[in-house]
Amino acid sequence: MKNCMLAGVGGQGTVLASKIIAQAAMKQGLAAHTAETIGMAQRGGCVVSHVRIGADAFAPLIPKGRADVILGFEPAEAVRCLPYLKTGGTVVVSTKAVQPVTASLSGVSYDAQGMLAFLKEHAGRLILVDGENICRRCGSAKALNVALLGAAAKAGALPVSLSQIEETIREKLPERFLSMNLKALSAGAEAVTGGTDQ
Amino acid sequence: MAKQLVMGNEAIALGALRAGVGFVCGYPGTPSTEILETVAKHNPGDVYVEWSVNEKSAMEAAAGAAYAGARAMVTMKQVGLNVASDPLMSLAYIGVKGGMVIVVADDPGPISSQTEQDTRHFARFSKLPVFDPASAEEAYEMIGDAFDYSEKYQTPVLLRPTTRVCHGCASIEMDGSRKKIEPEGFRKDSKWVIFPRLTFQNHKKVEARQPVLGEDFSSYRFNEITGAGKKGIAAGGVSAAYAKEALAQMGAEPKFFKVATPHPFPERQALAFLDGLSEVLVLEELDPVIERELVYLCGKHQLPVKIFGKLTGHTPNAGENSTEIAKEAICRFLGLPAANEPETPLPPLPVRPPVLCAGCPHRASFYAVKAAMRGKKAVFSGDIGCYTLGNASPLDMVDTCLCMGAGVTVAQGLHRIEPDAVNFAFIGDSTFFHTGIPGVINAVYNETDIVLIVLDNATTAMTGHQPHPGTGKTMMGEISQKVDIAGVLKAIGVGHVGKADPLDLKGAVEAVKAAAAAKGVSAVIFESPCIAVTKPGPAYTVKEEKCTGCKRCIRELGCPAMVVEGKKVKIEPSMCYGCSVCAQVCPFGAIGGEGK
Repeated sequence: MKNCMLAGVGGQGTVLASKIIAQAAMKQGLAAHTAETIGMAQRGGCVVSHVRIGADAFAPLIPKGRADVILGFEPAEAVRCLPYLKTGGTVVVSTKAVQPVTASLSGVSYDAQGMLAFLKEHAGRLILVDGENICRRCGSAKALNVALLGAAAKAGALPVSLSQIEETIREKLPERFLSMNLKALSAGAEAVTGGTDQ
Repeated sequence: MAKQLVMGNEAIALGALRAGVGFVCGYPGTPSTEILETVAKHNPGDVYVEWSVNEKSAMEAAAGAAYAGARAMVTMKQVGLNVASDPLMSLAYIGVKGGMVIVVADDPGPISSQTEQDTRHFARFSKLPVFDPASAEEAYEMIGDAFDYSEKYQTPVLLRPTTRVCHGCASIEMDGSRKKIEPEGFRKDSKWVIFPRLTFQNHKKVEARQPVLGEDFSSYRFNEITGAGKKGIAAGGVSAAYAKEALAQMGAEPKFFKVATPHPFPERQALAFLDGLSEVLVLEELDPVIERELVYLCGKHQLPVKIFGKLTGHTPNAGENSTEIAKEAICRFLGLPAANEPETPLPPLPVRPPVLCAGCPHRASFYAVKAAMRGKKAVFSGDIGCYTLGNASPLDMVDTCLCMGAGVTVAQGLHRIEPDAVNFAFIGDSTFFHTGIPGVINAVYNETDIVLIVLDNATTAMTGHQPHPGTGKTMMGEISQKVDIAGVLKAIGVGHVGKADPLDLKGAVEAVKAAAAAKGVSAVIFESPCIAVTKPGPAYTVKEEKCTGCKRCIRELGCPAMVVEGKKVKIEPSMCYGCSVCAQVCPFGAIGGEGK
């Protein structure tokens, strides 16, 4: 069994990314379960997707200490989910912080570098993805989710390969978003050699 | 057909279609909403689907369809069943002809609800059978079983999934078949007319049916006993899945009773489970329903078995369960060493409370009322919907929130005790139709001076944009006559009915002032569509040379698109919907839209 956790902020595209992993795994004949945050919390709140691949998953949610990989759509949300990471597990994280909407009101922003340092200290393997730069190159803020998939697949942290992810994207995504997402996927994969690879 | 990745709610819908459902209705509510939407999306053409005005209307309409012999399904969230409890209780005596399944989604946590009530109690209270799926896969099968049992016993049946089952996705083999049901039609008979005499006779039948159903359920395919030993674990719903996961981690296989039909309780099977046990741990969410049944059985049969659970403080009595909670309780119960490894403490993390979207017209409506009432004694009663989020600072415009439609009537009680305050009641368009109208009539009839603010964003926003009577669209894809909110208010005798566009702040403030000054019940309808159902306008920008960095826009509005960069304010272009409200609030004319 492989457990993948995706953590971000409402609107970042965690749900689509979790569906792509699940569907790519199903194409290999594997059983898939996912669980998402739906409802009030979506409005700017923390969102977490649990993806469980394999027939031996009973619970809909990944138990603590059992995630093989965490895909952090921003640093603090990756840290929030760290208790779910198994010993030696991989964290793939976008380095760009998403400040809470209350930050401008309270005047208190959080320190992304501190979060990344904490991840480096506690994750078995940390892969940093310059999400901001990739989104700029792909011309869309919506490129982040697929870029993170690209990095995680390239690092071998997903239950499916990079080419299996690509195949699923080609099948499931609408034609007009395809070139942007394929670009994001390879940009994410490139980040693996460039990132902190412990 | 191949395996598909489907959400639990989609599985229920597709299972109902497979079972030949012909009539589906309900009212939106997290976590139940996607069931009805999925039926509509996959409608083979012969299924009637509607969003009803509220759960009571839905329950009654579904009963009518089942009287006529159709297989009918009605969907709602747990608090919706409170609204529909009147028809539920009577229908339990009258029964049905066609299969009728009442799907009520419970929300342990709660994740997006105002209560942690347990629908299994409603099953006991109404003496109706209830099915409790442990997974999306099981829900897909169980909905068909529920229809079969409903027809076998000519009674409505409850299916009670919980949030994690509703919103979890699983790869499920769909067979794509559809049972053919040809409704016989309604046959006139005195059995459809509830009278005290009939109630007395049917009460006896219902009581006689309880043990028969319990016996039937004792061999029901999803109630199962596994494992062996002197210590047993009983679990229901998703807690059974958590318990199995925990046991798999521990490599333990104690005697295990999975309860899929908590009412009527499968007594014979439960006795087989209890046989030879000295202690039982019960894992379930919400209330100790299975636990009480087992305690009762032990008393009834004088069994020397100790039952542990919520009543004995061995499991949490509030919130949702998890594998960790199950594992910890099981380890303690089996006398195994501490289950969960200690966690590394995390650094302080940013708090992300949900907020009204950038460009949300509710923000402007709340701001206009706040501005109009500045310096006056006013109380703002809120209601259920996205606009409950108006309670957050800096708006701070929701002083009470109780249940659907309650803002209108709570305001009346407040006003009778403190008549010197201006009492506002905020209500959304869908909530107005749901249970708001009788409250307004109550104010008119009793001459209670309240100001009603209808936040008409032309959709049921919080649950994902469902149509309602004011939108003129139905789930059958047809266009119906729109029910006009202003017309309704005038017809029931509201003297002053104003209308305003909340995004025009000056006009909105004037409209509120006029309504507050009017004698008797008055109303302002703020008309501006939800940003999710309209195209964004061009984004606004801050003219850096004019921005003094006073941050009034941020302090007054709290729009998530506005951020501070250095000493100046910046508008995040990808988030801005161009509502223009910040430009109207800026005292220095530093915010402008396209060409301004």
